[in-house]
Amino acid sequence: MDAIILQILNGLDKGSAYALIALGLTLIFGTLGVVNFAHGALFMLGAFCAVTLQRILSLSFTVEDPTQKDFLGNPLKVDTPYVVNWFGDVTGNAILDWSVPLAILFAIPVMLLVGYVMERGLIKHFYKRPHADQILVTFGLAIVIQEIVKYFYGANPIPTPAPDMFRGSVDFGVMVGFAENQIIYPYWRLVYFLFSAVIIGAVFAFLRFTTFGMVVRAGMADRETVGLLGINIDKRFTIMFGIAAAVAGLAGVMYAPINSPNYHMGMDFLVLSFVVVVVGGMGSLPGAVLAGFLLGILESFASMNEVKSIIPGIDQIIIYLVAIIILLTRPRGLMGRRGVMEE
Amino acid sequence: MLGLSKKDTTFLLIVIFLTLATPILLQPFPENSALAQFNAGYPDLMQRFAIFGIFAIGFNILFGLTGYLSFGHAAFLGVGSYSVVWMYKLLSYNVLPGLILAVIVSGLFALLIGYISLRRSGIYFSILTLAFAQMSFNLAYSVLTPLTNGETGLQVYTDDPQVLVSEGSPLSPHFFGIVMNESAKIDVGGWQFTFSNGYYFCAIIAILVFYLSMRIFRSPFGVMLRAIKTNQTRMNYTGLNPRPYTLAAFVISGMYAGLAGALLAAMDPLAGAERMQWTASGEVVLMTILGGAGTLMGPVLGAGFIKYFENIFSKINDNILHTWFSALPDGLEDAVVFVLHPFIGKGWHLTLGLLFMLVVIFLPGGLMEGGTRIWNAITGKNRKKKQDADHHPKPSAHVN
Repeated sequence: MDAIILQILNGLDKGSAYALIALGLTLIFGTLGVVNFAHGALFMLGAFCAVTLQRILSLSFTVEDPTQKDFLGNPLKVDTPYVVNWFGDVTGNAILDWSVPLAILFAIPVMLLVGYVMERGLIKHFYKRPHADQILVTFGLAIVIQEIVKYFYGANPIPTPAPDMFRGSVDFGVMVGFAENQIIYPYWRLVYFLFSAVIIGAVFAFLRFTTFGMVVRAGMADRETVGLLGINIDKRFTIMFGIAAAVAGLAGVMYAPINSPNYHMGMDFLVLSFVVVVVGGMGSLPGAVLAGFLLGILESFASMNEVKSIIPGIDQIIIYLVAIIILLTRPRGLMGRRGVMEE
Repeated sequence: MLGLSKKDTTFLLIVIFLTLATPILLQPFPENSALAQFNAGYPDLMQRFAIFGIFAIGFNILFGLTGYLSFGHAAFLGVGSYSVVWMYKLLSYNVLPGLILAVIVSGLFALLIGYISLRRSGIYFSILTLAFAQMSFNLAYSVLTPLTNGETGLQVYTDDPQVLVSEGSPLSPHFFGIVMNESAKIDVGGWQFTFSNGYYFCAIIAILVFYLSMRIFRSPFGVMLRAIKTNQTRMNYTGLNPRPYTLAAFVISGMYAGLAGALLAAMDPLAGAERMQWTASGEVVLMTILGGAGTLMGPVLGAGFIKYFENIFSKINDNILHTWFSALPDGLEDAVVFVLHPFIGKGWHLTLGLLFMLVVIFLPGGLMEGGTRIWNAITGKNRKKKQDADHHPKPSAHVN
């Protein structure tokens, strides 16, 4: 029992990332009808927002401290970050420590802007083109973004630690009434799951309970009629693209402490996220979220040693296998709508 | 001749001539001249032109004709390579059994994947093929290690059986005694030309499969494939089932990919799982689109173009740039080098990505369309009356 709960928990953090990226992909696909292969790159950009903010915050100036000597007898050089200097020791170090959560605030405007520019500058011209062209041009864009990041940040993963407070692990088993040390789970992964639940909830609430969201949903159902009612639906869809980019970016920001960001992390997630979207059903938001968590949990179950000893290598291919089976038996995916992406 | 029209025969002869003369044509600059770094006439690069040309020709039979965009063709490339290295290990360094086995195995593999994937079309087909390729890649890395030697890559060891090896047979890949990595160097004036066995082996195979693809393009079967791309619904209504045709196209292009993978291993007796990664599948898509999908020559041009720039761009460094722009004033020179720096050397992927985007945006027909446009502009053909759009519907890619 405890092993099962542990595997479910393990699946949740990867599942959260899949769900957030797939949610963004589906938003873009459902509103604009564009297959965005650059979405993984947006996730990666988000993670690098965290890296960038961390670097900005740790910018420091060097002073020579004459009271201390290094081993050569020269005055010791002390690096003091500017933030520590400005805000004092306690606040300054706290800001440094909390750079990843702070990066959320930094990433939202950045990613909204990136999304807006991407849609207006490039994607806009591809609405009338076949899906193959959309795939190809966004694939090219993904390569370009990836290479630019590689140029500035290098090819090695950059460790981006979570705040001290969340660095340890929580004994999750005790909280739900198991013996001690049965279910140990890192704090940050729990935070990541809660965070993604909040984001997913926020996106759904935004679409459900605001006028803007209502118009967007109407536009997803019948773009032409909404346009005839005198509503500028294109403008709203552009904003939705920005929101989808921000969702992917936030998923990336918070993922940075779990896996040190490197320039190709987006591509690694992209392939899986596409599989997730297809399993969930093209154009279905709840489907994307459901499939994201489902596949994340399945993946973690498949990597249990007990399972691997029965079917070796299953952990490597489980997601693809599930996708193939689903696509062949339920061509529309788990919750796909009729008439979306059908020939 | 050979079942081709007069125009096609001329075209084929030109292609044969260009392919066979490549070692000379790609060596236009004398050794020791400043431009010698743009020469591409060395065996390793020319072999890759031919091999990736074959890969792209095969991919084009599927994508260019039927419009089905496969993102998993690298799997067949890998399967081809592994088959050849296994033949080395079991029999001998003669490449022929390996090539035959590679084509058969990749054909069967393509039959399996194609049979399942082709139940869906459009983006679902792309995702399915991608899923299969990633599965093969992951399996090759992990569970199939006895077959693939995992991360190390498959290679020949001294304790392998190699039952057909006799005294005096070559210790590297050969074709009945013609050793692949041997070459003849000829110096003419300042020029040095390298005629390598390996290149000519690849080139002759490339010509053969090019001829085959030409026949496919011109055959009723090819017309049927084009019909699938143009309007599958209409094809259904005329009482034809498109699936056997697409499956045949998929298997043929899989065999081409297997052959290309086999040749890679024939030039260099190694096979690694990274050949199956989806970025490799992306690369062949790039080549085909860049050259011009659906044209005969386009994919080959695209493959050559990408491989050439991969080599040349990644070799240029800042010092070379400084010598190029040394005529400019110092400040300007530094500025130009600074701007160009991200695009050269290790950054050539950036150049490739940008180029690819530009081609998709402005020139969906690839280099071939660009060439045609320029040619028409020169000869003034574009002033001809436009075709009636209603009766000549534009073929659209099948992914919609």
